[in-house]
Amino acid sequence: MAQLTRRSLRLLRPTSAARLLTTTASTAPISIETSLPFTGHNIDPPSRTVETSPHELLTFYRDMALMRRMEIAADSLYKAKLIRGFCHLYDGQEAVAIGMEAAITRKDCIITAYRDHCLYLGRGGTLLEAFAELMGRSGGCSKGKGGSMHFYKKENGFYGGHGIVGAQIPLGCGLAFAQKYSKDENVTFTMYGDGAANQGQLFEALNMAALWNLPAILVCENNHYGMGTAEWRAAKSPSYFKRGDYVPGLKVDGMDALAVKQACKFAKEHALKNGPIILEMDTYRYHGHSMSDPGSTYRTRDEISGIRQERDPVERIRKLLLAHDLATEKEMKDTEKEVRKEVDEAIAKAKEIPAPDTSELFTNVYVKDFGLEAFGPDRKELRTVLP
Amino acid sequence: MAATILHGVGATTALSSINYNNSRRSLPERKRTSLVIQCDGSLSSGLNISNNRGAKLSTNAVATKQENVTASTTSKPGHELLLFEALREGLEEEMERDPHVCVMGEDVGHYGGSYKVTKGLADKYGDLRVLDTPIAENSFTGMGIGAAMTGLRPIVEGMNMGFLLLAFNQISNNCGMLHYTSGGQFKIPIVIRGPGGVGRQLGAEHSQRLESYFQSIPGIQMVACSTPYNAKGLMKAAIRSDNPVILFEHVLLYNLKERIPDEEYVLSLEEAEMVRPGKHVTVLTYSRMRYHVMQAAKTLVNKGYDPEVIDIRSLKPFDLHTIGNSVKKTHHVLIVEECMRTGGIGASLTASINEHFHDYLDAPIVCLSSQDVPTPYAGALEEWTVVQPAQIVAAVEQLCQ
Repeated sequence: MAQLTRRSLRLLRPTSAARLLTTTASTAPISIETSLPFTGHNIDPPSRTVETSPHELLTFYRDMALMRRMEIAADSLYKAKLIRGFCHLYDGQEAVAIGMEAAITRKDCIITAYRDHCLYLGRGGTLLEAFAELMGRSGGCSKGKGGSMHFYKKENGFYGGHGIVGAQIPLGCGLAFAQKYSKDENVTFTMYGDGAANQGQLFEALNMAALWNLPAILVCENNHYGMGTAEWRAAKSPSYFKRGDYVPGLKVDGMDALAVKQACKFAKEHALKNGPIILEMDTYRYHGHSMSDPGSTYRTRDEISGIRQERDPVERIRKLLLAHDLATEKEMKDTEKEVRKEVDEAIAKAKEIPAPDTSELFTNVYVKDFGLEAFGPDRKELRTVLP
Repeated sequence: MAATILHGVGATTALSSINYNNSRRSLPERKRTSLVIQCDGSLSSGLNISNNRGAKLSTNAVATKQENVTASTTSKPGHELLLFEALREGLEEEMERDPHVCVMGEDVGHYGGSYKVTKGLADKYGDLRVLDTPIAENSFTGMGIGAAMTGLRPIVEGMNMGFLLLAFNQISNNCGMLHYTSGGQFKIPIVIRGPGGVGRQLGAEHSQRLESYFQSIPGIQMVACSTPYNAKGLMKAAIRSDNPVILFEHVLLYNLKERIPDEEYVLSLEEAEMVRPGKHVTVLTYSRMRYHVMQAAKTLVNKGYDPEVIDIRSLKPFDLHTIGNSVKKTHHVLIVEECMRTGGIGASLTASINEHFHDYLDAPIVCLSSQDVPTPYAGALEEWTVVQPAQIVAAVEQLCQ
């Protein structure tokens, strides 16, 4: 709970009714049932009843609203040509990021593919760093040299941020291997999408993780479309949680932050004792695959608006808050206004950060040097500079 | 001073790698011959380097005693071992020194390594530190890179360099680029090593030279070892380096025997080795071709030429300092390599030398490389795909006219 307070303090700005509400809200536990039961493969699913607290729910609401607003702002920035290249937006899937963060610590590692803006925020990244990186400014989390697909925050256990589909899965295996090597009782959440679930690397990694009992949790964020191809057109078996065969799997309603939290907590306990487990998060993205994809050529607008009405994660929390009398309509509206203001301020500040200096082109290619310098043995003294 | 080869090229036929896997303990009689290389580590006065590199090659890094280099390999009792044992020694010393160093690859653990480089290490350090991986190059290389992101120092062994083509995505995108795209947050202190090169009738797919494919990946360093002395030194330097290093070994060189110093030494990753100083022509080579060059050098010396032979060792970046000084002295350059003609290391080196030292050249650079063909199985054909000493002699004669 202390962790949540720290995180909310980072995301929040000074005095407002909503902030007072979250920080003074009680931490008394309340039990809520998830919307759908879990489905297990080779494992007994956890119970549908999730322990949470008013404080946690309010934080969920605020954080998800923040993420939603950030993605929509990124959309406008892209259309204004301030963000270039590829921009993959996460709105609709926020519950996965939020629920996961609630179940783990910063010592656990998360690694994901290119849809990483909200996960970065969840792991303690600031709005300013995110927008600066998206706009290619030097104050960004990767100094402007990574871009949308390369957000990292090493000290908080966020390992990115990878452009090639599926390549992060063996990396995640490696993170879990290092955790097992140092015996530090932490786990790695390796996230990938339904498109990446057809990569061979996944099965190679599953085999190795199961063979050596690595504390790896493979999370398939199934938003039902791999780029422009629907899952039923790309995969013979769309039950991604069953694909592990000997590795147990769990299917989770990815639009329900509490279900995600429960599943991640369950998975962490499992991974520490019994090795890898697959979590399939049944989620949806409102935007297209990236900003260059309208998102409507392979799915109907009715489908998108249907999901928005029935399964939207932010709406769900809002309804919960109203149902349990934890916040009023007005307070929630205020929170949203605050969040909007915060995002706008961050964008304004990020716009003022200059682009990286030209000398930055050659930094960080190698550790210590560009590779034009010859070091003595043991890399201690600089011998000469090669022409 | 020059490297002397006691047996001709014929001896290398004895060192067939494929025999090794099947008959580890019983090498046939004939095949007991081995190459003995005498190579004192000192750089001669041919190089004008102000920072006194000349005396320091073997005893520089962490040795506690300052030793006279010329004495180190000849009069001082070092110990004799084969190249794969030298690699193992370097590996073991580094694993002893730093608990973060671990090895992963196919058959490295219980089997002891398909070229015996990791023999005995699994018994000593356990199955997790010397990890037997399934045959999944892409993923276990990726796994090594992921582990390196957290601070471990893995050494990934490819059973044959050619198999690492499967891991190209991981090596190029993740290994080479993560330090840059994360703005310096992650460093990848990984070592990727394995044997490559043309062996004894191993077939096209098992005789590849991947240095040409890897050389443009930004962010990695590449080194090629050729003697037990530099194998051990480069292995240690590669492990200690915070950059990803690809260490190229050669299938036919694993059984070279040499006397190496007892005390600990680490070599510089970016430095070339002066094998034989001379004044007529600079011959640049690396890995197995070094021995073909040295054999040709014997013939050339008899014919009155004085070739300067440099083993470039560092394939990325090139040691243009040593090479430049040599070019300024001899004004003629011959590159002898095992890479393919198109887009190989020789091609890059030619471009690099032309760019930097054009004014010092009296003749165009000649580059002898392997033919642009898949390596055939038939022995005679295979011999013709790589550069033979006779061709080197002819090239030098032509160059020095």
